[in-house]
Amino acid sequence: MEPQLEAEQLDEHLEPSGADDDRLFIAGRGLRSRLLLGTGGFPSLELLAESIRRSGSELVTVALRRLGAGGARQSGSLVEVLADAGVTLLPNTAGCHTARDAVLTARMAREAFATDWVKLEVIGDEDTLMPDAPELLRAAEELLADGFVVLPYTTDDPVLARRLADLGCAAVMPLGSPIGSGMGIRNPYNISLIRESVQVPVVLDAGIGTASDAALAMELGCDAVMAASAIARAEDPVCMAGAMRDAVTAGRLAYRAGRIPRRNYATPSTSHTGLAEF
Amino acid sequence: MIILNGERSEVPGGSTVASVLAELGLRPDERGVAVAVDGEVIPRARWESFALGADARVEVLTAMQGG
Repeated sequence: MEPQLEAEQLDEHLEPSGADDDRLFIAGRGLRSRLLLGTGGFPSLELLAESIRRSGSELVTVALRRLGAGGARQSGSLVEVLADAGVTLLPNTAGCHTARDAVLTARMAREAFATDWVKLEVIGDEDTLMPDAPELLRAAEELLADGFVVLPYTTDDPVLARRLADLGCAAVMPLGSPIGSGMGIRNPYNISLIRESVQVPVVLDAGIGTASDAALAMELGCDAVMAASAIARAEDPVCMAGAMRDAVTAGRLAYRAGRIPRRNYATPSTSHTGLAEF
Repeated sequence: MIILNGERSEVPGGSTVASVLAELGLRPDERGVAVAVDGEVIPRARWESFALGADARVEVLTAMQGG
């Protein structure tokens, strides 16, 4: 019989901030939560704030848009909500289609939010929102030369991920499937290959639909998961934020525990030794 | 004619970035705001002194919820 953990010990195991230090380090910064949260799509700032709290996330993305456009008037309150939540802002370059626009947007974000971290997105196609690889590499190179900590949103191509890491990106953020599609991880094999091919943290970005997708990402060895639409557009965003938090923790623990190998045939879990012969 | 966030503006040439922001109802210490003029980021420290050319293209960006 397996030794049973007392309920109290079990809680301690599941608590990422417990004595067991399993922090994620990105560019030297330690994070207890391995869940990054996108702020887009939440029905209200109140639900965003409560979802952040429930998710435990310490790093949340924010976009830059023209003042006065589409609700950007409320930006002051968004910045205040995020400051009150005590989270670190990770500005993105969402919507940029060229290296030039992405670099300029990152520089604007550095001014606006007083951070040199950027989630670099350079979109190549409006239907799939897949990254434009040559422009992405160009933008990453320029921003790194300008002192930015660059976290690029990339495809699930291990070669492109390695090129980005070799340039000096602080992490790579491969997509599981297209942004907002909720299709989960379409090519788990590639995600594993990426994990093996780079030394920097791998953050599964885009495509997460529900908690099991986040757990799978962590079981594959990803160092963190980024979720936006999956939480913001869930029927109950706050409840889903908690589910994602637990899924990321569970997936991480399972990865560290080392799963059993898959076999085609059964292996008895009870020994035959001493089996009665009638 | 100054173009402010893609639209023709009544702001006269020679105005400072700071005065444009005040016109938009922003405080000088407003958090989460960045300004570019003719494709160049203007650091916060230069908002008071930077005078706009007569046909400057000004972008005033701010935080928005995003993935």
